[in-house]
Amino acid sequence: MTELWNIIVGLLIIIGAFFTLFAALGVLRFPDLYTRMHAASKAGVFGSGLILIGLAIHASDVAISLRAVLAILFLILTTPISAHLLAKAAYAVGYPAWKGTAHDEMRTALNANKPRARKK
Amino acid sequence: MTEAAMGFLELATLIALAILSIAFLLTVARVILGPGIPDRVLALDMLVAIAIGFIAVIGIRSGFTIYLDIAIALGLVGFLTTVAFARFIMSRRYSQDYQEISARLKAKRRP
Repeated sequence: MTELWNIIVGLLIIIGAFFTLFAALGVLRFPDLYTRMHAASKAGVFGSGLILIGLAIHASDVAISLRAVLAILFLILTTPISAHLLAKAAYAVGYPAWKGTAHDEMRTALNANKPRARKK
Repeated sequence: MTEAAMGFLELATLIALAILSIAFLLTVARVILGPGIPDRVLALDMLVAIAIGFIAVIGIRSGFTIYLDIAIALGLVGFLTTVAFARFIMSRRYSQDYQEISARLKAKRRP
């Protein structure tokens, strides 16, 4: 039974590492900030989460498995918040989207209620 | 059979460490290249995620799972760093707006 778990853990680690590699590749190769964020915040967290799941299965102690699951939960909880906040800040500064961007809902939403323009 | 499985796990951790190193280098390249501050902040966030993966693989490989606490703390620090940088980027916007408005007022006053 142990060898089966070892093989499962090894496969989880390798798959997670590949997900992280592809996330890093996306961060390097995608054309603008928003697409890069799409790669980093989804694939990167999934890769690290898979590796942590491997650690949780491999660990013989329940406390360590619990800690690994807690780390996964924390990662899944915080990464969308930080990515959303960063994207909002970058859009507010006027960081340009890629030329091939098909649809920008944020622009119409911002033009609908612009408090500063109305004040002047 | 158990020997082979242990060997597979050893090999898997080695391969994972190599792949994570390549990912780390690619992300560092984005930190160096990144045209703006948001790109660099995003790449730093990604570096934190890769570092957590590193810690987990080393925990499997050597049995030093005490570093897992450090991984959780590192995730917290990375989250707070990204939030702080986002606030910093937003505040820079306001200072730029203020400069624009003051320049416009100055131009209006001159003629």
